[in-house]
Amino acid sequence: QAPELSQEEKLQLRKEKKQQKKKKKSEKGQSGEPAEQGATPEPGQPRGERRRLQRAPGVPRAGTPRCKPTGGKSKAELRAERRAKQEAERAQKQARKAELSQAATPAKPRQSPTEPQSMVKRLPEHVQVDDSAAQKKLTKKVPQREDYGTKVNLFSHLHQYSRKKPLTQQMSIPSTVIHPAVVRLGLQYSQGIINGSNARCIALLEVFKQLIRDYSTPPNEELSRDLVAKLKPHISFLTQCRPLSAGMGNAIKFLKKEISCLPDTLREDEAKEKLQDTIDKYLREKIVLAAEAISRSAFEKINDHDVILVYGCSSLVNRTLCDAHAKKGRAFRVIVVDSRPRLEGRETLRRLVRKGIHCTYVMINAISYVLPEVSKVLLGAHALLANGSVMSRVGTSQIALVSRAYNVPVLVCCETYKFCERVQTDSFVSNELDDPDDLIVLRKGQAQLGGWAENKSLRLLNLVYDVTPPDLVDLVITDLGMIPCTSVPVVLRVKNVDQ
Amino acid sequence: LEDAERPPMNTFRAQLRDDPDVASAVAAIRALLGFLKQDRGETIQGLRNSLRDAIDTLSRVDSSVAVSSGGELFLRFISLTSLEYSDYSKCKEIMIERGEIFLTKVSLSRNKIAKLCHPFIRDGARILTHAYSRVVLRVLEAAVESKKRFSVYVTESQPDEAGQKMAKALRKLNIPVTVILDAAVGYIMEKVDLVLVGAEGVVESGGIINKIGTNQIAVCAKAQNKPFYVVAESFKFVRLFPLNQQDVPDRFKYKADTLKTGQNLTEEHPWIDYTSPSLITLLFTDLGVLTPSAVSDELIKLYL
Repeated sequence: QAPELSQEEKLQLRKEKKQQKKKKKSEKGQSGEPAEQGATPEPGQPRGERRRLQRAPGVPRAGTPRCKPTGGKSKAELRAERRAKQEAERAQKQARKAELSQAATPAKPRQSPTEPQSMVKRLPEHVQVDDSAAQKKLTKKVPQREDYGTKVNLFSHLHQYSRKKPLTQQMSIPSTVIHPAVVRLGLQYSQGIINGSNARCIALLEVFKQLIRDYSTPPNEELSRDLVAKLKPHISFLTQCRPLSAGMGNAIKFLKKEISCLPDTLREDEAKEKLQDTIDKYLREKIVLAAEAISRSAFEKINDHDVILVYGCSSLVNRTLCDAHAKKGRAFRVIVVDSRPRLEGRETLRRLVRKGIHCTYVMINAISYVLPEVSKVLLGAHALLANGSVMSRVGTSQIALVSRAYNVPVLVCCETYKFCERVQTDSFVSNELDDPDDLIVLRKGQAQLGGWAENKSLRLLNLVYDVTPPDLVDLVITDLGMIPCTSVPVVLRVKNVDQ
Repeated sequence: LEDAERPPMNTFRAQLRDDPDVASAVAAIRALLGFLKQDRGETIQGLRNSLRDAIDTLSRVDSSVAVSSGGELFLRFISLTSLEYSDYSKCKEIMIERGEIFLTKVSLSRNKIAKLCHPFIRDGARILTHAYSRVVLRVLEAAVESKKRFSVYVTESQPDEAGQKMAKALRKLNIPVTVILDAAVGYIMEKVDLVLVGAEGVVESGGIINKIGTNQIAVCAKAQNKPFYVVAESFKFVRLFPLNQQDVPDRFKYKADTLKTGQNLTEEHPWIDYTSPSLITLLFTDLGVLTPSAVSDELIKLYL
């Protein structure tokens, strides 16, 4: 216990030093050393301790070759940190009051030209949107995107953004902190130009490659530590544009681990090239080759004279069907099910018909009508959770439920990089709310729901994802083979052992 | 190829004839081991190819799932040596040694299963079983040895009346046994306490492939809330994943002789059916007592 206590004391000392620096800054209004949490490298400190302070939630702590394995923070350390933070904030408040300057809320425009690097901080993972205290704390530090419209009570803990006003008009983005390519990507996400979990992940990794290319290590900093710190504000910005998907989260975890495990002996350009190669390899193995492997395994399950039902638009399912059709061994036809307001099934229909596959198009309310003639259902997934539940586009669990009632086997295609260690038993806890104005439809020049905001007792809900329980799914086809839904934790375990 | 085919087939057939108690997969593995010892090839690849051909030949003699899965596992078990030793003759020696170990392990599996399973049979239990399974016989033998009293209902299991064979063997052990019609399973289900069947193959989802009629028994047991237990050795685990009855490959559904004649299979009656994992309570294997969802875990470990 003795070394732990001394580290605790060291932590406290560092915290106090940082708070003093912050105080000096706010009094003099100068840009001092960047005071990001835990990012200040101090020579002579053991690496493991700094890793603890960095508070990157996804970085795996054990089993990496060079990084010291740490057991996580002990309760005493956490309490000490919290105490130190509270005292520092109290001191800050008093200092500000004594200054007789403006109140904390216009801190945004005042701070942004002078202190670019301390501005944008990483949001905590579970943002409590309905917790006003947490939100007040955040508005002091991060440029927040405003929520739009009244939310349904059950989903008041999630953000609901509008697509009408572009992102850049709503929040002031400090251009010295956020790379313009990332701003572009964020806009593309928020406006729905890039859609689909694979597309979003590929775009994200390409932009990160660009970021790494344009990055240059500041003097007295190490690439492996500074780059991770530089990525944080970008990630929190992208989360504001559109919440990250599970695959994107895993990709970022992987990238952070790769960066922090770079050997010190590499020169900067060598290190950057190595990182870019790693990203390319990840893209190729986990997304491109995985799609091919899944397409091949799924081909074995497609029999002659099959009637396959698909829902929405999944790049993986489309590829499987097109490949199966191209092999010319099996004659099958497809029923495409679609739903409002996204109407993604039309894109699937377009792609399949172009290849010459015989397709039928129905809306989701007609599935009980078509299911008696369906031989199997093929679905894509946004994420596979640790208890075997499938998180996918809203409507998927409905299709799985009705298929079970008609005894039609349900197959889910999902790459292993989308497997996440979260467990969810319902669709409320963690979801995404899309723009409620999408639900307003114009018929004969009249929009019935047009004035929904004025009506106090009317709320519109546009959910994006839902969770299908594992007993409704018969088979999951992954790049590691065909597994039952209950074997997802086995795959996660095998993957962790590999890494 | 004709001459190469003969030795393993002959050993295989001879073994099945001489020892009716041996599992067909064990006999197949013994034949493969003999074939391995006699092989004159010089390369690892050549050896693997000829072993694969031998497995195909054996499945043409006996088309059950167990032979194919046992052969596949044998191949996997011994071929991990090829990564460690570069000298071919040394490699072959190690392979043969490992083959012997595999064979011993596999022959002991039935006793292991019997030891795990017989505590689940309580005194005064009424058991329902289906067709002729040597593993179930061994389990019931172990239960008798531990001084338990129970009675058994056996289905007749047409078209080959395997149930009668089972009843004769059980009578020799002095167990009170009743042979019932296949159609009487729904009638008798309320009287029994548990259902105990063997398996020809255990698939990735945790379901089983067994003599035709097993699926019906499982459905009736589920409807009446009776536990449905399956006893199977680990070499019967196979990398198949059928979604429904139709999805089971034809080469397992029909006997090898029928497949050879190449007649229209829609007229033929299948010999096996697929029971889905949701109907199975527990599987007793030499790897332990597993729930159906744990089978995939074990399979990944076996085949990794």
